[in-house]
Amino acid sequence: MKRIVIFGGTSAIAECAARLWVARGCSVFLVGRNAEKVEAICDDLRVRAGPSQKIGSAVADLNDHEKHAALVKSAEDELGGLDVALIAHGSLPNQTECEKSVAQTLAEINTNALSVLSLLTVMANYFEPRGNGAIVAISSVAGDRGRKSNYVYGAAKGLVTLFMQGLRNRLAAKGVVVVTIKPGFVDTPMTKDFEKKGFLWAKPETIAAGIVQAEERRSDVVYLPWFWRYIMLIIRHIPERIFKRLSL
Amino acid sequence: MYGNGRSYGDVCQNSSATLLFARGLNRFIQFDGSTGVLRCEAGVLLSEVLDLVVPRGWFLSVTPGTKFVTVGGAIANDVHGKNHHRAGSFGCHVRALELLRSDGSRITCTPTVNSEWFAATVGGLGLTGLITWAEIQLIPIASAYMTTEAHRFRNLDEFWSLGEKYEQQFSYTVAWVDCLAVGRSLGRGVYFIGEHAAEKKPSSSYRSKHRSVPIELPISIVNHASLALFNALYYNRPLSAQSKLEHYEPFFYPLDSIDKWNRIYGPKGFYQYQCVLPFANGKDGMETILKLIGQSGQGSFLAVLKTFGNIRSPGMLSFPRPGITLALDFPNKGEATHRLFSKLDQVVADSGGALYPAKDARMPGELFRSGFPAWAEFEKYCDPKFSSSFWRRVMKD
Ligand SMILES: Cc1cc2nc3c(=O)[nH]c(=O)nc-3n(C[C@H](O)[C@H](O)[C@H](O)COP(=O)(O)OP(=O)(O)OC[C@H]3O[C@@H](n4cnc5c(N)ncnc54)[C@H](O)[C@@H]3O)c2cc1C
Ligand SMILES: NC(=O)c1ccc[n+]([C@@H]2O[C@H](COP(=O)([O-])OP(=O)(O)OC[C@H]3O[C@@H](n4cnc5c(N)ncnc54)[C@H](OP(=O)(O)O)[C@@H]3O)[C@@H](O)[C@H]2O)c1
Repeated sequence: MKRIVIFGGTSAIAECAARLWVARGCSVFLVGRNAEKVEAICDDLRVRAGPSQKIGSAVADLNDHEKHAALVKSAEDELGGLDVALIAHGSLPNQTECEKSVAQTLAEINTNALSVLSLLTVMANYFEPRGNGAIVAISSVAGDRGRKSNYVYGAAKGLVTLFMQGLRNRLAAKGVVVVTIKPGFVDTPMTKDFEKKGFLWAKPETIAAGIVQAEERRSDVVYLPWFWRYIMLIIRHIPERIFKRLSL
Repeated sequence: MYGNGRSYGDVCQNSSATLLFARGLNRFIQFDGSTGVLRCEAGVLLSEVLDLVVPRGWFLSVTPGTKFVTVGGAIANDVHGKNHHRAGSFGCHVRALELLRSDGSRITCTPTVNSEWFAATVGGLGLTGLITWAEIQLIPIASAYMTTEAHRFRNLDEFWSLGEKYEQQFSYTVAWVDCLAVGRSLGRGVYFIGEHAAEKKPSSSYRSKHRSVPIELPISIVNHASLALFNALYYNRPLSAQSKLEHYEPFFYPLDSIDKWNRIYGPKGFYQYQCVLPFANGKDGMETILKLIGQSGQGSFLAVLKTFGNIRSPGMLSFPRPGITLALDFPNKGEATHRLFSKLDQVVADSGGALYPAKDARMPGELFRSGFPAWAEFEKYCDPKFSSSFWRRVMKD
């Protein structure tokens, strides 16, 4: 069964995905920065797992890029090899504060983009010589077009999306799949300050099921739920001279 | 406090105030496959517990008639199942729980440590604080199947004698009653018994035929004519004399396979009325109650009769107590329904009985307090920042 390392394993979406993978007999290794949360999730997964499945973890702030290679090594050692990496960590910047502070803007870009690029690179170099593996990362529909309400986050996610596109191209011939996940609005701790009403809001369980399926199908780019593909198609095609006047 | 909202009334509501949703506390913490002790967070559903433990040869010690309730909700109403005469209430199998109070303090309680907090919280209607996790004892099973039997009884007397016989022999007993039957057939119905099957069936996973009531019907389809027809058909349907093997799902959770079944009652909805009468006055009292319901022509198909055994419930406000309990849905017909309830209340009060808070949206405060005399003692353990619509209602007058 598959051996899966999850970066940002305490994310609500990632936790749901981990449960689904464990239910399918996979082994998982979680990396998160909050030791208590990591432990609670691992306990839960251990109860769900069968005797032959392994559940491991490490505590690390993923903004420490130098640690990434070592984290991958310990995940590999613990699980006896790796087949899938899910990169799920992220934060939702306070846009207005970012506008006032360059430092904060760069910090958010670091968390949501640079740390992800580092992990993508480390994982790509891990899987490439082995000729197999899947790298899945959660980007966002917000990365499809810059908008005044959250362009710092959007720019970071857009960078991740574009980087993954190139990586996919690089690894396509090498048997390694690169899956870009673009969720719409999801009801998780990240969006706790939003009024969550209406059909646009999805449950983390739904997104997680889409992630597990996308990995299985070796998809390239997946919007979750599916209708966001069409919403974003429209949004991407609004001419800039109109778009710049819109309040989105 | 709101678990999964499977209570029929307002114990899980808090109108014009904040409601805490406990479902998010949905992690398992520890499971010992050799002893059957499970520790999990309080928002875990009993259905999730079953999915985990049945394949490993364990089952809930006590389960209510739906598996879509949380562990916390099951504790806070100290729920009962078809095996009350053998196993007592859900709380009897809670080994420990953690209570989080609004001042931030956490109290770990067990039947022996902080036992007064344990007694207040089991059956405590979500008023003593937030239950964060609980540790429950499961029972071993050899298969996911049940051996079951069904027997017709022609009246209440026959019900009593079947009960005496079968409760000795079987873990699970419950009866369906025809609430429209009057005269000599008063209290006729079908008696169901069950036992976890001993042999190992090739445990093919069970697939329930999932049905749903897709829309709220514009009017209630539960009326006198449809009910009389349905009950007569159900009572007279052929019953096999032999026991049969069936999966645990249809035996314990017949309604769970019909999503949104409550919609059959239309937009005005329905009430459930569940009372318990102590054995001393139970026979006469139940007869009077069934007569009143039969004469009124109200009530519905979902009418259940069951005896509670002598195992003491651990909670101060636990509903299960030795006696006979009747649970019945009533389509909401406004005044007429309320007039009937008042008459039934009178019988319950005269018999020294009680109504089940989990199923209630209307009982008078006085009846609550006479049915749960420990309420005054219980109040000392209520969290000052916790309340519910139910609690304000029954404490008002
Ligand atoms: C079809 C059906 C069949 C049923 N059959 C039975 C039966 O056979 N026997 C029986 O006893 N009951 C039965 N019930 C009632 C049901 O078992 C109870 O109402 C149960 O308590 C519902 O649990 P819930 O998780 O939905 O909680 P809710 O209904 O949301 O809440 C129930 C109570 O628990 C409190 N609560 C919930 N979570 C917590 C927490 N974490 N900490 C503190 N307090 C909390 C709430 O404040 C409330 O007082 C049945 C209900 C249905 C719909
Ligand atoms: N929710 C949405 O509407 C939505 C929409 C589109 C895309 N996404 C993306 O989905 C992913 C998962 O988010 P979510 O919705 O599940 O929210 P979440 O539960 O808040 O998860 C975010 C996780 O990232 C972790 N994290 C943040 N910075 C970190 C760091 N420097 N090092 C290690 N971990 C860090 C957080 O750790 P702590 O738990 O320790 O804080 C948290 O577990 C994110 O990439 C997010 O951008 C979410």
